Amino acid sequence: MSILVNKNTRVVVQGITGKEGSFHATQCKAYGTKMVAGVTPGKAGQEVEGIPVFNTVADAVKKTECDTSLIFVPPPFCADAILEAADAGVKLIICITEGIPVNDMVKVKRALHGRDVRLVGPNCPGVITVDEAKIGIMPGFIHKRGVVGVVSRSGTLTYEAVHQLSTLGLGETTCVGIGGDPVNGTGFVDVLPLFEKDPETQAVVMIGEIGGDAEEKAAEYIKKNVKKPVISFIAGITAPPGRRMGHAGAIISGGKGTASEKMKALEAAGVRVVKNPAEIGHAVKAALGR
Amino acid sequence: MNVHEFQAKQLFAQFGVPVPRGKEVTSPEAATTWANELNTPVFVVKAQIHAGGRGKAGGVKITKDKAAVAGLAKELIGKTLITHQTGPKGRKVHRLLLEEGANIAKELYLSILVDRDTGWPTFIASTEGGMEIEEVAEKTPEKIIKEAIDPAVGFQGHNGRNVAFALGLQNMEPAVINPFVQMLGNLYRLFMEKHAALVEINPLIITKEKTLVALDGKVSFDDNGLFKHEDVQKMRDLNEEDPLEIEATANNLNYVKLDGNIGCMVNGAGLAMATMDVIKLAGSEPANFLDVGGGATKDTVAAGFRILLKDPNVKGIFINIFGGIVRCERIAHGVIEAAKEVKIAVPLVVRLQGTNADEGRKLLAESGLKLDVANDLWEAAQKIVKLTGKAV
Repeated sequence: MSILVNKNTRVVVQGITGKEGSFHATQCKAYGTKMVAGVTPGKAGQEVEGIPVFNTVADAVKKTECDTSLIFVPPPFCADAILEAADAGVKLIICITEGIPVNDMVKVKRALHGRDVRLVGPNCPGVITVDEAKIGIMPGFIHKRGVVGVVSRSGTLTYEAVHQLSTLGLGETTCVGIGGDPVNGTGFVDVLPLFEKDPETQAVVMIGEIGGDAEEKAAEYIKKNVKKPVISFIAGITAPPGRRMGHAGAIISGGKGTASEKMKALEAAGVRVVKNPAEIGHAVKAALGR
Repeated sequence: MNVHEFQAKQLFAQFGVPVPRGKEVTSPEAATTWANELNTPVFVVKAQIHAGGRGKAGGVKITKDKAAVAGLAKELIGKTLITHQTGPKGRKVHRLLLEEGANIAKELYLSILVDRDTGWPTFIASTEGGMEIEEVAEKTPEKIIKEAIDPAVGFQGHNGRNVAFALGLQNMEPAVINPFVQMLGNLYRLFMEKHAALVEINPLIITKEKTLVALDGKVSFDDNGLFKHEDVQKMRDLNEEDPLEIEATANNLNYVKLDGNIGCMVNGAGLAMATMDVIKLAGSEPANFLDVGGGATKDTVAAGFRILLKDPNVKGIFINIFGGIVRCERIAHGVIEAAKEVKIAVPLVVRLQGTNADEGRKLLAESGLKLDVANDLWEAAQKIVKLTGKAV
């Protein structure tokens, strides 16, 4: 078992003829993911690495029964692309694009509310279920099938954690990048119940960072609902207030959203918080009694 | 991106939010000319810097004497203001806002931003105008009024009335209720249409003449929305930014200057923050945040080196790369080429992990460059801290 995506997931890539889109569609296909369609308006009939291109997501859904979209569309057109996927009946939308205006995302989030569709991202590395489906830009080979679920606001920091888990022989089930934007689709509290229910996942690694209160909300949820061990690292203990640290959402504003506040909330909820990112893997190992 | 108060007030006026008559001036002569035209009982001269706390730092002057305006302008232009938001070095004043004074009957607080929890634009209001809102929230949270606006339908009259009556405007001055509701609608339009991240009026005043006036104004913009607004882009004031950060932006690098002595260069924002944290854990302080992005090439690494080395505090450099799609041996080539181009006289530790890390490390070790290579994050952090000595 796993969460969100598996070997039966059928993926359409929006923005497949662009540089990023074609490169990563090829990589995902090579990993073994069912890449069944691509969309670039006006380029129907073309192929990218044997993946047929359609003008609209609606056409792609009709012809290929794709159920998941992977989006590389540039920021000015990305809100439109997400809504197009939702309107076409795609159930899972994974948006990699970085730099979408926040107020565009405000409207998108509202429009998706209450509908039978899940958005992961934007500004995220995507989702991978090890050895089944890689739907995103993460390097596939660092992953090893195992017992740990990973959910994170960051990209390369997640690879760092995954690398440690794989090297220590623990391995991962599914890794979900929820992205570094202030307004996004899926949050920690949406992913945690999925890992809690997944029989294969024995422990969860949660990687947060400064800004907002998603980690505090997660702590509240974990305290009440999660029995599996959760191990967490929060980036940005040295980040100054009022400065945006790369990610649009990584900012301490009005004294709120500091790393120490988040760590405190998580520790109070029984989460094992590691201060040194180099020790994430070892902390999981200890938590699992291995 | 932040803008000055006078620019915020220009936007307010454009969106029908009442502001005092005023204008930006950059010389005592221009101040005199505008003072003559303004011809008001009270003149207010306000230093324009991107930081709060100007009043307490002596950056706001009030006079009834028209002839005194030029002298006040002369005093403020070129002065360095130190406020709780500028840091100890302070900020030099280059421009002023000269405007008419107002008869204050009551001061309120009003702002709008996106509530990250709900994803809805939300007004925050309080009767405690003129105070730091964080302080009000901390000490008297019951005095904070919040009203979320449904982005599907936008601002509605009842949103405004909810805030107006919660503030108790009916008891203060009933004549301003309707203008207040209208003002909130206008602020919502400004916020959404211009892709603002924050619009704040503190204080918003009720005058003795029973009108509303935005006496101060702060607007900051979502950098990701700037491409849609040329008028806003033109409001950028490079005097208010760190020169190294300006250079970094020009090279598409994400750089934030800090006060430590270990310069770091990392791919990815989360890992860059984690790298700073590890330096601290190892006993020193990071000199900066620097994310070179996913595709660290020779050019981005070289630009990164140049920026790091311009900071005189930097006594060592730590490069931390997790090669994903970008292979480590290509990054190693980038580091070697860039290091040849830019003379590096401080200790350098390079940690490579991920795709083809072994080849990358081998290339670095055989390059003849004076550097230390590491494969583990913790080991690398300890190495660079040892080589640079502890932060003072």
